[in-house]
Amino acid sequence: MLTLSLTHEFKEFQINVEFTADAGSITSLYGRSGSGKTSIINMIAGLKKPDSGFIKVGDDILLDTSDDIYIPPEKRRLGYIFQDSRLFPHLNISGNLLYGIKKNLNNNSQITFDSIVDILKIEPLLERKPANLSGGEKQRVAIGRALLTQPRLLLMDEPLASIDAQLRGEILTFIEELRNKLGLTIIYVSHSIDEVIRLADKMVLISDGTKKAEGNVEEIMSRLDLHPLTGRFDAGAVLSTKVESYDEKYDLTELSFNAGTLRVTGGNLPIGSKVRAHIRARDVSIMLDRPRDTSILNIFEGTIVDISDNEDSQIDIKIDIGSPLIARVTRKSFDELGLRVGSTVFTMLKAVAIDRRSLGGKR
Amino acid sequence: MITPSPVELEALFLSLKVAIWSVLITLPLGLFTAWLLARKDFYGRAFVNGIVYLPLVLPPVVIGFFLLAMLGRHGPIGQLLDNMFGITVIFTWQGAAIASAIMSFPLMVRAIRISIENVDTKLEAAARTLGASPFRVFYSITLPLISPGILAGTLLAFARSLGEFGATITFVSNIPGETRTLPLAIYSLVQTPGGDTGALRLVILSVIIALMALLISEYLAHQAKRRIGD
Repeated sequence: MLTLSLTHEFKEFQINVEFTADAGSITSLYGRSGSGKTSIINMIAGLKKPDSGFIKVGDDILLDTSDDIYIPPEKRRLGYIFQDSRLFPHLNISGNLLYGIKKNLNNNSQITFDSIVDILKIEPLLERKPANLSGGEKQRVAIGRALLTQPRLLLMDEPLASIDAQLRGEILTFIEELRNKLGLTIIYVSHSIDEVIRLADKMVLISDGTKKAEGNVEEIMSRLDLHPLTGRFDAGAVLSTKVESYDEKYDLTELSFNAGTLRVTGGNLPIGSKVRAHIRARDVSIMLDRPRDTSILNIFEGTIVDISDNEDSQIDIKIDIGSPLIARVTRKSFDELGLRVGSTVFTMLKAVAIDRRSLGGKR
Repeated sequence: MITPSPVELEALFLSLKVAIWSVLITLPLGLFTAWLLARKDFYGRAFVNGIVYLPLVLPPVVIGFFLLAMLGRHGPIGQLLDNMFGITVIFTWQGAAIASAIMSFPLMVRAIRISIENVDTKLEAAARTLGASPFRVFYSITLPLISPGILAGTLLAFARSLGEFGATITFVSNIPGETRTLPLAIYSLVQTPGGDTGALRLVILSVIIALMALLISEYLAHQAKRRIGD
């Protein structure tokens, strides 16, 4: 669907990336603030012209510097949702929604003014001016405004940045629906690993303007060499699981995955749905013998397959329990237990450490 | 008597005519210049900037002299206009309008330029991604957002034109019914023995016009700001 390669020399750093995104899926550009994600997405939108590059969406070439092709942003038919919604202050909400509306482009399109107003619940706002709207309301309108242009690709640049925590879940669900129900292709820029785990079908890890990794979330998150980039605090494996059952008495949900059953606190996940569980390395501990009489509900036996080689006081260890799992231990424990690649160990993870934020929806 | 005499009314209407024409000349040119200076980086930008703001710092008489030299009967542009179209602007109300326009141009440009610089270019970028051409972006986003600035610039230029004296008297002289605007009429009356009462009446008239212009522009600016959601 989207193929691109871009290079550009800025004063402080340079962009040098290439990746692809599949139709009907969410591809997430993940990286810290200042890693060049926004520059990349601006180049896709046509707002920034790179020194050299190539961008193709579907069968249309939007940019090819070697052939002197540069399609201006207004002709690219891409939707762009900015971090700061960018509603036009002099137009009311209706006016904003109608600004780029495309009619009769596709008669059987499910995206119509009425349907968008309905889905986004913005009917009561239509006559109001953007200045009187909350951050969440503004962003819903901005999403609607972009959708009404009937884009073939949706670019989202940290769309949840200005939205209250309790509203984020609602917007995330909505973004999932855009993919699942309308089959939209989305490029989602974020520096929040939670959002990426929740949404991304594919992840492109960006650092200093270059691509460090491209692939599925589970695989990238389990790579120890990428831990400095995926964030030290949040580093940890991502498991693909299925919701099996919910124990009301103890408020515990059972998730099955290829190495067994994972118990996590809380409910409200539909039985049978697929979710990703983000197991932070700092929530996983290691024992040499099978523990007895412990409060820990999740215990898995596995083999050490990789050890982070650094001089830190903390060491990340990758254990194969059927799926990769990552544990973080102190150097002292590491030395005392005599851990090395090939050791058989028992990993323990606290059910309470895996909260709703660590669980992400998946198709 | 408070009622103005026909001669005084003549000066008043002439002043209004000159000021309105002056604004009509400076508005489109000022808008374009302000946009150029605010948004475009081009070779010689500093030079253009200097030329535009020159009338603000030069004595008006110098501008008048310069206009005389360029547009006068023997000036290069004046001769060209005379030979090609048979137009002479010297000693005419049109000449007065040109002098006023040049004197008020920097004020117009300044007000509009500041408001253009205050427009978030991110909004214009967003409009482009929604399918709007640069031209549509200008008239549907930029223009409405700078309307208070345009209004302010127009008022300033209008007021400056009404008060123009030095450049006008140097360039087009002080001809009753043709170039004798309010300030020139007041000056003439002050120079004439017993003209004080007449001068005072014109002074009061000037104050009334200025106040009205201010009030109207305040009202319009308020409306415009409300419309753009400020």
